[in-house]
Parts: sequence; structure tokens; C-alpha cells
Amino acid sequence: MLHIVNKSPFDTNALAGVLRVAKKDGAALLLIEDGVYAATKNSATEASLKAAGMPVYVLQPDVDARGLQSRLMDGVNMVDYGGFVDLVAGHDNVQSWL
Amino acid sequence: MKFSIMVSEGPYTHQATDSAYQFAKAALAKGHEIMRVFFYHDGVNNGTRLTVPPQDDRHIVNRWSELAAQHNIDLVICIAAAQRRGLLDENEAKRQGKDANNIAPGFRISGLGQLVEAGIQSDRLVVFGD
Amino acid sequence: MSDDMDFEEGGAVKKFMFVNRKAPYGTIYALEGLEVVLISAAFDQDVSLAFLDDGVFQLVKGQKTDGVEMKNFSPTYRALEGYDIEKLYVERESLEARGLSEEDLLVDVQVMSAAEMGDMMAQQDVVISF
Repeated sequence: MLHIVNKSPFDTNALAGVLRVAKKDGAALLLIEDGVYAATKNSATEASLKAAGMPVYVLQPDVDARGLQSRLMDGVNMVDYGGFVDLVAGHDNVQSWL
Repeated sequence: MKFSIMVSEGPYTHQATDSAYQFAKAALAKGHEIMRVFFYHDGVNNGTRLTVPPQDDRHIVNRWSELAAQHNIDLVICIAAAQRRGLLDENEAKRQGKDANNIAPGFRISGLGQLVEAGIQSDRLVVFGD
Repeated sequence: MSDDMDFEEGGAVKKFMFVNRKAPYGTIYALEGLEVVLISAAFDQDVSLAFLDDGVFQLVKGQKTDGVEMKNFSPTYRALEGYDIEKLYVERESLEARGLSEEDLLVDVQVMSAAEMGDMMAQQDVVISF
């Protein structure tokens, strides 16, 4: 399952929900919109993302828009909208954590 | 692959409809099909033709209309959500005794069953909201 | 798509899960979400509802909305059984974090751990969040 988070972890508990509930086997996490702030280097959420137990992707256009290019933590994968589409197509199901 | 999309927020306040549009465009560019975009909650506000954004900004409503025309995408505005928020097509305006209608080209008003049907008939349904 | 899909009356039955993570009244998502759930009953799909995070507040007993002049839609959850929608899943951790237990809820539900909820989600074909 592809889990999509579009909120900052400093604003809502959407990311916390994924990390608590999601079945890790076969899962991936995609951060879009304000969700990308979770992948900021040296942030309070960096450690929890590293321990997510699933691949983490960030949407590059949203990263760029927010000036995060040089402040991203290691170990996250950058995708564009085409990569977003591939992630949705490549997983059996998808859930947006609104 | 056949995709459908649900948009749960209106234009400009939230990025949801922008993300949905960019996703749809990228999927089409990769040869996928977008069967339907279903607009729900405040998302129905994406379908008013009375929107007039500043000239240097994107025109979110027109952008959907144009994409739908180019790629034969079914843009559906939920009738129950639309009525709450003042979105009416010609028929509904007549039926409700209102003096105006405001649906943009390429959009149509229909029931919630269209969302469930999109889920049944598409390979993936992706939700964009807040 | 899963290989073990059931086939009935010529059409595939999909597993639909409606995920509720928001409290009622403060925003319209819970109410309009419930409207989709009711419509989905007409499509003979395998429908379930998940309640986690603030979504569990939708199910608490004693909702009284006269003062806010909004419709109290909480009795509708008890009516779902009449629509053959009987899979109501509630995450135990979300309940406990909010000082709630099953006795505080107005309808029979299946309380499950976060891990069990995650397993349930992973089995779905279509997940619609409100």
C-alpha cells in the first residue's frame, strides 16, 4: 500500500498515524505538499522517518517550492509527478491520510 | 492503467486541486487513462465558471475544463455537496427556482454513486484533500 | 488488483474502506463522509468503515446539537446495519489516547489494535478518506 501524507508533522498527526498503523510489509510512504517538511534534516521527525520501516519518497516540486532542496535528510527518494504516478500504479492500493 | 481522482478541497485555499491536476497530467503523459475526477466537499468549488483569478496566476477552473476536453475526462461535481455550496447547472437552477447557474464547461453535476462507481471501475482511486 | 476477487452478478466485488480521522461538527467531513457510505450500500461492495485518531469522536454517545443548530447525525451510525454495513473498525490506541473505551460508543464496533487496523487497510482495493 502507498501511504500519502500531505500535512506537516508539526501541524497534524497524519504522519504519526501512518507510522503507528501502517502495515510495513509492501508499503511505501510518499510525502507531498506540506508533508515534505517531515523530511527536513535535523528536524524532530527525521529519526521517526528513518525508523519508518518502509521506503520514503518526497515530491520534488513540493520540496523545491518550499526551499527544502538543500535541507533534506539522507535516505529519502525524490520523485516528480510522473514518479508519483508510478508509485500509485506500482502498489496494489493507495491511502491518502487526510 | 485506469485512474480516478477525488478532490475534496476548493481552489486556491488548499493545494489539493493543484496536486490532483498535476497528478492527472502526469498520468496522461505516461499513457494512463483518467476516467473521472469527482469533486466533493468544498472541492465542488473547482467547477464554477465565475472564477476570475489574477492574470498572473493559474486559472484552476479553466485548467480542469481544458484537460477534460483534451483527454475526455469526466469531471463530476457532487450534487449534494454542490447544492449546499451554491453550485448549480441549468437544470438544477430551474428545478430549485434560482435565477442563475454557474457550472464551468466540461463539468457535470451528478450523485455520489459516481464516486463509488469510479472506485469500482478504476484500477486506482486517488484522494486529494486536506 | 487482487487475484482473489469475488465475482457476483457479472461484476467484481471490491473491498472499499472509508477512513474517518476527523471529529464531527468542527468540519463537515464526517457528515459528508457518511453520505458516501450510505450510497455505497447500493453497489453491493464489501464496505467497511475505519475510525481512528479524532474520527473515533464521531461515535461517542450523548451528542446533542440543539445549541449549535446543526444536524445530529450520530444516530445514522446505528442505522448502518439496516444497509448491511456492519464492518465498523475502531483503533484501540486512538480510543485510549482520548480517554474513551468501547462503552462510550453509540454503536457496536470491532475494536482492534493499530497493527490489526494496518492489516485491514492493506487488504483493501479502494480506500476513501474524509
